[in-house]
Amino acid sequence: MTAYFFSDTAALTGRTLRHVTRSMDTIITTVITPVAMMLMFVYVFGGAIDTGSVSYVNYMLPGILLMTIASGISYTAYRLFIDVQSGIFERFQSMPIARSGVLWAHVVTSLVANLIALVLVVGVALLMGFRSGAGVSAWLAVAGILLLFTLALTWLAVIPGLSASSVEGAGAFAYPLIFLPFVSSAFVPTRTMPGPVRWFAEHQPVTSIVNTIRSLFARQSVGDDIWTALAWCLGILVVAYVFAMAVYRRKIA
Amino acid sequence: MRILATLLKADAGTATVHGFDVAEQPADVRESISLTGQFAAVDEILSGRENLVLVARLRHLKDPGAIADDLLRRFSLTDAGLRKVSMYSGGMRRRLDIAMSLIGAPSVIFLDEPTAGLDPEARIGVWHAVRELAEYGTTVLLTTQYLDEAEQLADRIAILHQGRIIVNGTLSELKQLFPPAKVEYVEKQPTLEEIFLAVIGSGDKSEATSRTAGGQG
Repeated sequence: MTAYFFSDTAALTGRTLRHVTRSMDTIITTVITPVAMMLMFVYVFGGAIDTGSVSYVNYMLPGILLMTIASGISYTAYRLFIDVQSGIFERFQSMPIARSGVLWAHVVTSLVANLIALVLVVGVALLMGFRSGAGVSAWLAVAGILLLFTLALTWLAVIPGLSASSVEGAGAFAYPLIFLPFVSSAFVPTRTMPGPVRWFAEHQPVTSIVNTIRSLFARQSVGDDIWTALAWCLGILVVAYVFAMAVYRRKIA
Repeated sequence: MRILATLLKADAGTATVHGFDVAEQPADVRESISLTGQFAAVDEILSGRENLVLVARLRHLKDPGAIADDLLRRFSLTDAGLRKVSMYSGGMRRRLDIAMSLIGAPSVIFLDEPTAGLDPEARIGVWHAVRELAEYGTTVLLTTQYLDEAEQLADRIAILHQGRIIVNGTLSELKQLFPPAKVEYVEKQPTLEEIFLAVIGSGDKSEATSRTAGGQG
């Protein structure tokens, strides 16, 4: 039965991907908040923020990209929740298939949907004057970190997707994640923040990831930030995966 | 039903489906069964045909497209096959649901209240599908709140009351539990359902008109 894991997951992924391509509005709404933030910060607040020699759109794009992912994965929770609610989840679970393929299909779809959203946001940033001299390897490194972050948050999204009791509940967990970049180095250098806030900002996952991506875009050395960023991503991924699978097993037991 | 479909663990006792223990051999059970939900668990965003193709692919069958087209024909859904399921009527959705559970010719099919919330015309459509299934040799376990449905369709009837099966047997066995029939003649008015079916010009019209007198009490 598990011999069919890949073909089953592929069949189920085809299904969930169609959910994305047939309702592109989910991509648009994912992109709209980060783009609005970007416009607001670049054209309204940005002038008052001292980022040294770096242009503000270059400075804040990494944070905006993380915000895009955080809002994108709420749709993963939503789609999974609808599957559970409608009964199609049970239909698949009662079939002779690799049953965890149902979850993996949602995870792969989440990666694809977020990738599309990220490309759109970078496109808007380019129109707004974002420029990077980063080479192919730096861009691949940026893509790798963003996908790893997406994967980690996606498994986090699986938990409410399986266990929420209402649509609102399934999506609500994403709000704190969307706002986490505000208390980080994403929009404002942390040195301007008061003591405790600064301590939190410098020790939460967003700052290290933002700093790493920013350095990669600016062709600077990433220093130790990249290891902190990877450790956070992998840590969140492992914890979220273990919890999500525990919720899943309880659900199908 | 969910326990029999391996979706829920039993608190106590054992159950076998098609000779397989649901707790010990869940994979074999899933290989022999097919479940249709009370709320017609079909994919709303896919078309009817895509739903069928998906299930055929998940059952690892050859030529999923041909299987889908064949089922669309059998369930009079060919015209609607390429439309999104969210545009289907309740009856069409239920027929698609049943068509999906036929794929891979499972030996046992669980139909959980397949006609709940359907109009009489759609209900008759579902009944036809169930009768056809039984003729093909499939075991159908059907739950229903409508007793005339059980009377119409079932070879064996079990009555579940407060979580326990209190009676189990064929219709004629069950009838023996009842005091012998007393014959009296009453004039029978057409039921609203018969009027409905006559007015919309479907169902069995001749039966609806010929049944205006006679009957038993």
